[in-house]
Amino acid sequence: MAVADPRLLRWSETSEPSNRAEAMSSAEAFARHLAGQRLRERIFRGSTLAAAILLLLLLGGVVVSLLHGAWPAFSRFRLAFITKDVWNPVTDQYGALSAIYGTLVTSALAMIFALPVSFGIAVFLTELAPPWLKRPVGVAIELLAAIPSIIFGIWGLFVLAPALQNSVEPWMDGHLGELPLVGALFRGAPYGIGFLTAGIVLAIMIVPFISAVMRDVFETVPDVLKESGYGLGATTWEVIWRVVVPYSRTGMIGGIMLGLGRALGETMAVTFVIGNAHQISASLLSPGTTISAAIANEFTEATTPLYTSSLIALGVLLFVITFAVIAAARLMLLRLGRRALASA
Amino acid sequence: MTRRTIRKLVNLLALGMSAVATAIGLIFLGAILWTLVKDGVAGMSAAVFTQSTPPPGSTSGGGLLNAIYGSAIMTVLGVLIGAPIGVLAGTYLAEYGRNSPLSSVIRFINDVLLSAPSIIIGLFVYELIVVPMGNFSAISGAVALAIIAMPVIVRTTEDMLNLVPQGMKDASTAMGAYPWRTITSIAYPAARSGMVTGLLLAVARISGETAPLLFTALNNQFWSTSLKAPMANLPVVIFQFALSPYDNWQQLAWAGALLITFAILVLSIMARVAVSRLGAGAGRK
Repeated sequence: MAVADPRLLRWSETSEPSNRAEAMSSAEAFARHLAGQRLRERIFRGSTLAAAILLLLLLGGVVVSLLHGAWPAFSRFRLAFITKDVWNPVTDQYGALSAIYGTLVTSALAMIFALPVSFGIAVFLTELAPPWLKRPVGVAIELLAAIPSIIFGIWGLFVLAPALQNSVEPWMDGHLGELPLVGALFRGAPYGIGFLTAGIVLAIMIVPFISAVMRDVFETVPDVLKESGYGLGATTWEVIWRVVVPYSRTGMIGGIMLGLGRALGETMAVTFVIGNAHQISASLLSPGTTISAAIANEFTEATTPLYTSSLIALGVLLFVITFAVIAAARLMLLRLGRRALASA
Repeated sequence: MTRRTIRKLVNLLALGMSAVATAIGLIFLGAILWTLVKDGVAGMSAAVFTQSTPPPGSTSGGGLLNAIYGSAIMTVLGVLIGAPIGVLAGTYLAEYGRNSPLSSVIRFINDVLLSAPSIIIGLFVYELIVVPMGNFSAISGAVALAIIAMPVIVRTTEDMLNLVPQGMKDASTAMGAYPWRTITSIAYPAARSGMVTGLLLAVARISGETAPLLFTALNNQFWSTSLKAPMANLPVVIFQFALSPYDNWQQLAWAGALLITFAILVLSIMARVAVSRLGAGAGRK
């Protein structure tokens, strides 16, 4: 038998008693080698652990530093910071209510627009599209997710806002404005920028995220279940609505909340089209502001320490809201196993 | 109408609506790309790549050279800071700490960081670096981008290492290799294309980020290479110029928007090709 490795040959030779001294030194060399390996092992293992713990510290650091920066504002205004809608840099009075209102309204609008479209896309991609169409359409929708938010912002400002101003908004004011109860939502001068435009831009941005998660959870539905439905004579839609949707409910809600988390925290796209007015208005056509838009717009212009602190306090509110939503979404998706959200 | 006809109609209607929904998604993608190409190409000129951003009040000329340079520098620095940490943390999650309770917590934290609003990260880095340093700086911008890139890299590293067959790692261990040797010599090479994909996705993600740069790197009208000074970058220039009243500034904003979107789409498509090649490789085994 040929010995492939010359080192092995040397080990067998040195184990001869006549070569004891040499054997000793070789054994020492081997021990040194082992010690070196152990040291490297400890260093490598330690650095991976350190990097992992750094992630924990990072989140902790975000919380601590934001609270530290927001402290002056919180201690000065206390609860009034979230219950009042005065935002006046001249008198140094700040209340976040209008920004919170804007964040919630634009996100709600975005969800209303995005949900049916995302669901439709997921259904189309999993149940309807012929195989040759599936991949290109799927990739195209995913590319929509890769476009940076600032691009949505300038597109919204220069293309969507004028279009809405000239067609949709005057129509809403004229036709829906007179309706009882809901009329107030659609009444007002068509500025082009405001809650409605921001909601639409946000919807376009989150559709790819929600539909990607929905598509992935739809694909986890076992074929046997669907085939049982078809075997009973159900139509494609009935199989989707009665088999696929109930089976993937948790995952769908997780994906929806992930999209909601994005909508709540989205900054640049909204900043362009919201109008940046600290006001609460029933009309969807009027300008407003959101938490993130206020921070982005005013932070570098904040002249007093209290102003800066109030903007950081806005950040704390945003963090609390989005953290709750994202954490809930992740916990739901976690139950499905991590593979299902590889594309999220 | 019989019940059967109604069911068939509902089916047709629902499936038709789903096709319409897909069409709506594609139409918006097309509309955005069309505007970008139309206005971006109109704003494109040699000056975009050879001159710095124009001073306030100048109504003609100017380019984006300093912003392109700044974006490239901060993106590269962000990845250089974020990638080693991200890869190591991902390695811990996939190998050393695969089943430990600490890993579950870190996975969850990483998922939260992955979806956290980027403007929050900007505020954090402002408090962490800009306030102690006393001024806006390129390095703080790079750190903000690194924090945004990190969770993406952690996630892809862990997922890709999990795809490496256990048998390969066992074989290495049976040869007497320590875990660090197994990971660096066996697992990393096997997972390489997937990890590179993760890096590409991270670069694509951070190169278009605007919000975290607004109060870290800010902007700089002049050519600057100092990491301690504010640095121009494409996203913030696009933000400021698009909202300006000057025609030439708006044109530059569109040119910048086209450049950045084009770069990101190329990166995303490259990442996708790498993944599909990886999938084909795994299928053959």
